[in-house]
Amino acid sequence: MNLRRVLLTTRRILQQLRHDPRTIGLLLLVPSALIGLLAWTLSRRPSSFASIGPQLLGVFPLIVMFLVTSVITLRERTVGTLERLFTLPLTKGEFIAGYAFAFGLLAVVQSMLVATLSYTWFGLSHQGIPWRIGLVALCAGLLGTALGLALSAVAHSEFQAVQFMPAFILPQLLLCGLFVPVGQLPAALRLIADVLPMTAAIHAIAPWQSTAFYTGQFAIMVAYILGALAAGAATIRRKTK
Amino acid sequence: MKRGKITVDVAELRVVREGSEILHSLSFRASEGELIGLLGPSGSGKSTLMRSLLGVQVIAGGALQILTKPAGARSLRGKLGYMAQGSAVYLDLSVEENLHYFAGVLNEPREEVARVLEVVSLTSFARRVVSSLSGGERTRVSLATALLGSPPILILDEPTVGLDPILRRDLWDTFKKLAESGTTVLVSSHVMDEAARCERLLLLRDGHLLFDDSPTNLLAASKSSSYDDAFERLIEQHS
Ligand SMILES: Nc1ncnc2c1ncn2[C@@H]1O[C@H](COP(=O)(O)OP(=O)(O)OP(=O)(O)O)[C@@H](O)[C@H]1O
Ligand SMILES: [Mg+2]
Repeated sequence: MNLRRVLLTTRRILQQLRHDPRTIGLLLLVPSALIGLLAWTLSRRPSSFASIGPQLLGVFPLIVMFLVTSVITLRERTVGTLERLFTLPLTKGEFIAGYAFAFGLLAVVQSMLVATLSYTWFGLSHQGIPWRIGLVALCAGLLGTALGLALSAVAHSEFQAVQFMPAFILPQLLLCGLFVPVGQLPAALRLIADVLPMTAAIHAIAPWQSTAFYTGQFAIMVAYILGALAAGAATIRRKTK
Repeated sequence: MKRGKITVDVAELRVVREGSEILHSLSFRASEGELIGLLGPSGSGKSTLMRSLLGVQVIAGGALQILTKPAGARSLRGKLGYMAQGSAVYLDLSVEENLHYFAGVLNEPREEVARVLEVVSLTSFARRVVSSLSGGERTRVSLATALLGSPPILILDEPTVGLDPILRRDLWDTFKKLAESGTTVLVSSHVMDEAARCERLLLLRDGHLLFDDSPTNLLAASKSSSYDDAFERLIEQHS
């Protein structure tokens, strides 16, 4: 892996986004706006916001980053620039890493923004430590990017990529403990839920747990991020059938 | 014209896509310093042949040697300058941002960008976003990326489509100069009259190579006065 080519790719992706301020705005502001809206709807029940708000901090960045990454990488394929790059000395790993860095950077900004706004303007009072919530938002954003990269290799069109959202993200949303606490799920579903990345994100936000528990949840998320990036690099083909 | 070493050696190339054979046992060779026109009707397999040479198309049979390496070999990446049909460049980047990225991946210095922009007469467009350019201007951005680093082999898929006669003539002059300096240049086109500018023509129809010789011999062999007629007659002979 050549770091220079990775960073060139990252810079190129960020330049593309700079020419598209609307996408940057949506990326950075939508999760914050959604949390703000939630805070407003629950303004008469502050205790509900204190319990749901942090959990959604681990969900919204994942969905937003998943959609943007899968659509942008798919566009490389349909426009032909991906095939063009594969005639040059750029490896699949460098290509994937370039994307991971670019969107990782955006995920950092996005998560800092949403965490800061939540604790200040939206009046979130949570027993957890703010930096842990920021870190969960960051992992969620990175995970969305990694999943988007992996699935864009499988999708044939931008339309299909968007349709992966309900197939891959919504089941996790149902199982992650947001609607029914994981402990109250039927045994079989609970086994699945416990190893899903979105569940790990929500566990990592839960207050009053041991350091070992939090470390375990972050380890699950990091494993998924790395696994999805590796899957992305493995599923992209230099040659077309 | 002095002939150099063989740079491209295609032997019995077969390509199958979605169950149907698209290229049938194609064979030809090309050398350093050759300017070759690849002609054929739409759907005849020109782009597929070019993509096979670049190693981005799975082949079903035959052998493809480029600079004595099998097509697609790691050491060949960057040795073949490629202009894809329909300008494979980033529409949401400026002209120079596109070229700086491709030049960077090729490890070429930044001055190389200014040089290729000059060749395709786009210097004054350097800061324009590609999506704001006309079709012909976009084509030239894509052509410029192929010229980066002066690769020994150039594969250009319809580089003159949508260009005015003057620009077309200038570009063909450029291709000629590149060939004279030793580059193997393979150019595909729909326009038969452009054929006359090449010293060698490959005519493709339905994935078969119908003709591989000079334009003068094409006219003589088919007893025609224009290239369009010659092509039509050749196709009739073979159907
Ligand atoms: N993805 C694909 N799957 C199956 N067949 C394909 C695919 N792409 C192209 N083909 C077929 O392969 C054949 C050759 O296509 P190709 O693009 O090489 O033609 P071409 O000579 O470049 O045409 P044009 O002048 O229109 O660019 C055509 O019959 C086309 O329908
Ligand atoms: Mg074509």
